[in-house]
Amino acid sequence: MSSATWWLEVALRIVVVFLGFLVIPLVVGQMEHKAMAHMQGRLGPMEAGGFHGWAQLVADGVKFAQKEAVVPDAADRTVFQLAPGVALVPYLLALIVIPIGPGTQVGVDLDLGLFFALAVMGVAVLGPLMAGWGSANKYSLLGGLRSAAQLMAYELPLILSAVSVAMAAGTLSLTGIVEAWHWYWLPWQLIGGLVFFTAGLAELQRPPFDMPVADSEIIFGAYTEYTGLRFALFLLAEYAGIVLLCLLTTVLFLGGWHGPFAEVHLGWLWTAIKTFALAFVVIWLRVSYPRLRADQLQKFAWTVLIPLSLAQLAITGVVRVL
Amino acid sequence: MNPQSENPQSQNPQEPGRRAVPGSGLVKGLATTFKTMVSHAHTRQYPDVSPELPPRTRGVIALIEENCTSCMLCARECPDWCIYIDSHKETIPAPTPGGRERTRNVLDRFAIDFSLCMYCGICIEVCPFDALEWSPEFEYAEYDIREMLHEKDRLGEWVETIPPPVALDDAAEEPKEIALAQKAAAKRQTALDALAQAQADQAAQRPEPPEQQPAPPELPKPAEPPQSSQPPEPPADSDEGGAE
Repeated sequence: MSSATWWLEVALRIVVVFLGFLVIPLVVGQMEHKAMAHMQGRLGPMEAGGFHGWAQLVADGVKFAQKEAVVPDAADRTVFQLAPGVALVPYLLALIVIPIGPGTQVGVDLDLGLFFALAVMGVAVLGPLMAGWGSANKYSLLGGLRSAAQLMAYELPLILSAVSVAMAAGTLSLTGIVEAWHWYWLPWQLIGGLVFFTAGLAELQRPPFDMPVADSEIIFGAYTEYTGLRFALFLLAEYAGIVLLCLLTTVLFLGGWHGPFAEVHLGWLWTAIKTFALAFVVIWLRVSYPRLRADQLQKFAWTVLIPLSLAQLAITGVVRVL
Repeated sequence: MNPQSENPQSQNPQEPGRRAVPGSGLVKGLATTFKTMVSHAHTRQYPDVSPELPPRTRGVIALIEENCTSCMLCARECPDWCIYIDSHKETIPAPTPGGRERTRNVLDRFAIDFSLCMYCGICIEVCPFDALEWSPEFEYAEYDIREMLHEKDRLGEWVETIPPPVALDDAAEEPKEIALAQKAAAKRQTALDALAQAQADQAAQRPEPPEQQPAPPELPKPAEPPQSSQPPEPPADSDEGGAE
């Protein structure tokens, strides 16, 4: 009997996480459509679904599903076909360990939660590499190699700044980190938070760090040869990545479900508000800044972000010892 | 790498003189996009909201059929020959027995081929009877180019969409018609004055002539009120003045 309820609970948690995984990226995508349009003096989608084009992404999904899935002749079929899954599934897995509210409001309360999330996000970056290598297309290859260079450079500051929080909390469990969080962590971990967010943007290849997909230079980088549903999966992976990055930043640096009041009952709401505010910043940055050049990108990672994250690590260590 | 390539975090434009605070460019960029976001979008929702067209929009050419005398001036002036006019003569029986019969032109067909028309407006300029007019209506696209040839009933439907004429600029010269009408009115006034003076001379033989002097300054006055309200139709008024 207890085993039956256990299975039921597991199934329920999986379903909830899966639904969130399918819906929240679409909400962020719609937000991007609208916010970006208004930042450029446009209105964005206004027709699909009637009210301010709310169903635009649903319509896009239907369109993608109808398209032919083309695999180039010279492509490495297996790698080519597997790549979208490799890009997408890790974000789903990482979503499981992220707490959205106090207590048991988490898919799985893993002791190694932070480690798991970062490791799985590291797998996700293999997707573009596989796509770039498997497409048998020079633009895809260039995009894939650019991805590789960029991801290598930005994985380090991402992990170093996350380590700083783990040190401050004294645990790798994401729920433990949120519980240990105090408001004074905001100034204390400020540098780490900025580095984490920036490096995460670069990991996701979001503008202004979108050199690997620079459309004016190499068409669409690693995704050039993709059509139909596989292409849609890559796009979904991008937005799932945004959601995950914003959730992680919220949990690690902004106190997760901590809020001004009603933390026990409205914890999930505080998490959601912070996450969507960060997602808005992601979009805002995309609209505001031009793309970084290859050398600027590398220089920024190695001479700015990594020293900053090391400095944050030192500050955290000193404060912990004191 | 290139030593002059700037750190992306401090994108200072190379301004001569002072150096900006590092990162101020980044903040400025964010502020610009945010300001644009909270101000109104430039998009016009065209099919839902009809556009505000300027008053002299050249949308389509409308035909006021009653004014047309089938004189063919428009068809002959049209640079690409896109106006088709057919007419025949009708005889009107004499109104009084023994009088002369009259003939007049009856318009059978008036069509403009808008697939040829280049919207130069020469036909409208040239029409002496104001039978053609610009209408701002523009939604008359067709699926087949042959359906762009519009007959007089369709051209007549567009008459309702002709906007009233725009008021003249304050500093603008008066239209020619008004000047003509004023001239005619002044002529009439002097004739009346002369008549009055002659009558006065006849009636009063006593020597008191200075009373008739202040009349001339009032001459232009009576002509003004009827003309200023309706500028496009003064020729009729000037005809009236001539007839009287």
